Amino acid sequence: MFSMDLLLEAVVTGVLLGCFYAAVSIGLSVSFGLLDVPQVAHPAFLVMASYAVFFLNDGYDIDPLLAGVLITPLLFVFGLLAYRLYYETFERRGTDAAVRGIAFFFGIAFIIEVLLILYFGVDQRSVTASYIGKSWRIAGMRVPLRLMVAFAVAGGLTLLLSVYLSRTFMGRAIRAVAQDEEAVRLMGANPVRIKQWAFGIATAVLGVAGALLIIVSPVDPTLDRAYIGRTFCVVVMAGLGSMTGTLIAAIILGIAETIVLTMFGASWAPAISFALLLGILAVRPQGLLGRR
Amino acid sequence: MKRNAIAFWGFALLFLAAILLSAQFVANEYWFFAGYVILQFIVLSVAWSILGGYAGYVNFGTSAFFGVGVYTAVFLVSAIGAPLALQIAVAAIVGAVMGFAVGLLTLRMQGIFFSIATIAVTIVVETTVTNWRSLGGAAGIQIQRPPVTAPFHSYVQMLVFVQALLVVLSVAISRYIQNSWIGRGLQALRDDELAAECTGVPTLRLKMTACVISGALMCAAGAPGAMYLQYADPASAFNLNYSVSVLAMALIGGTAHWIGPVIGAILLGVTQQLLTVTISSEVNVLVLGVMLVLFVVGAPEGIIGLFRKGRRSEGKA
Repeated sequence: MFSMDLLLEAVVTGVLLGCFYAAVSIGLSVSFGLLDVPQVAHPAFLVMASYAVFFLNDGYDIDPLLAGVLITPLLFVFGLLAYRLYYETFERRGTDAAVRGIAFFFGIAFIIEVLLILYFGVDQRSVTASYIGKSWRIAGMRVPLRLMVAFAVAGGLTLLLSVYLSRTFMGRAIRAVAQDEEAVRLMGANPVRIKQWAFGIATAVLGVAGALLIIVSPVDPTLDRAYIGRTFCVVVMAGLGSMTGTLIAAIILGIAETIVLTMFGASWAPAISFALLLGILAVRPQGLLGRR
Repeated sequence: MKRNAIAFWGFALLFLAAILLSAQFVANEYWFFAGYVILQFIVLSVAWSILGGYAGYVNFGTSAFFGVGVYTAVFLVSAIGAPLALQIAVAAIVGAVMGFAVGLLTLRMQGIFFSIATIAVTIVVETTVTNWRSLGGAAGIQIQRPPVTAPFHSYVQMLVFVQALLVVLSVAISRYIQNSWIGRGLQALRDDELAAECTGVPTLRLKMTACVISGALMCAAGAPGAMYLQYADPASAFNLNYSVSVLAMALIGGTAHWIGPVIGAILLGVTQQLLTVTISSEVNVLVLGVMLVLFVVGAPEGIIGLFRKGRRSEGKA
């Protein structure tokens, strides 16, 4: 029943899927991994971005990837505002920030979910583009073109963000805040503004990530619940804030999901990422390439 | 303190008597259907608050415990036709064991890691039940109610009374914990876990105790739900909405005192029933989310915090 061919195909699909998972998780890797913000609304923001892409594609016939780029500035501003609100209400007051911060972001996620249901309905939505629905034959395997597109764009996005964080001035400042906020303050920089900027970036990359999400599969308003598991699994497995780790962890998750799917069937799919996450938290909480 | 205890138990008896009497005089079945849901939320949010409120560990696994309670009852009914009391008792034991296991796995984590881990437990349990053929799988399973015994006119009326008993039980336990060394220890570790550990508070043991009690009560609250709906399916029994509703009720009421979750559950439970009947269940979730965010931002101590603040400023003036 289980042959080498099948395994090879699962690994190839898993790698493609994994890169896509890296793209949807990389923002969380910045906001939660580097900034320690309990951003449980990240998947809800992601699905919201997908719906914005759907709106532009369905109404104005704009290519989904282009639409993803178009909404990026809006998401950036949205991220800036969200962090400002979070900072003013929780981080600055200090006490109990963790408990109520999580509840706050969960509330936001719920509100987004319901607003999407009220406006778009509970049906699945998908986009149309020339590369959706076709597939390539590579060495006897059928690989859907939409997955190839997602793979390429996701790889580019992940690379771009890790270069930004390691090469540019602002990127290094963000990592400096993550390492030692007090030292940054002593150097005369304002850590809150750096963190706000970083949170903006983390939300902005969801534009393209949301486009990829709706390219890879149809989207419905409650899809964010499945992606809580996937994104947090990737970010925790990676080791908080490691960009290379994010890519590796996402590929591991992609391969694991594809193999379980082919061996046991789709009904086990939702549990894979969560089970993997539980396992990592229990065995190696610092992740593969952890910073602490 | 002594007088407080008499007042508390007197009120509890009065409450139970009122429920019993209403079974004789209220004819409209709707009130019992709505009342059951509200009572169930009181038990859940009081139970949630034992770990989430006193110890400050934000548990998103309410739906896992609730769903396991529902399915324990389903399993017992379909396997041996167990009576309601046995269903609830077994569900409480299963919940305690599950609380112990979940606690062992997750209570060493802090903050958001604990929260995410409890969501993970929920989804893993849900998926297991979904793939459990003899429990109906994803399609769900139907069960039959046995005939009802006097003094109740319908089975739902009896379920309301049973849930009311659970309310009294959970509030009594929560009240006991708050006033005992367990509650003081939990509050100490909530404020600063390291400092508590250093001064000799057995933090892990206290957290485990809280998790076991909280889990047992949540499972017990879920058990009558199988008979209430006469039907169970994984997607609704393990729905994450339970976790968020219960968390919202506890935080909106305020978690510093046992009365907080009760107030929050009554307030939000009634609002939800009204909204579901008059507008739609989507708007009801929206209101829940908005209220949660507003309270967390604007009134971090919840409703009881607002009252305390009011009393304090009166004292000054």
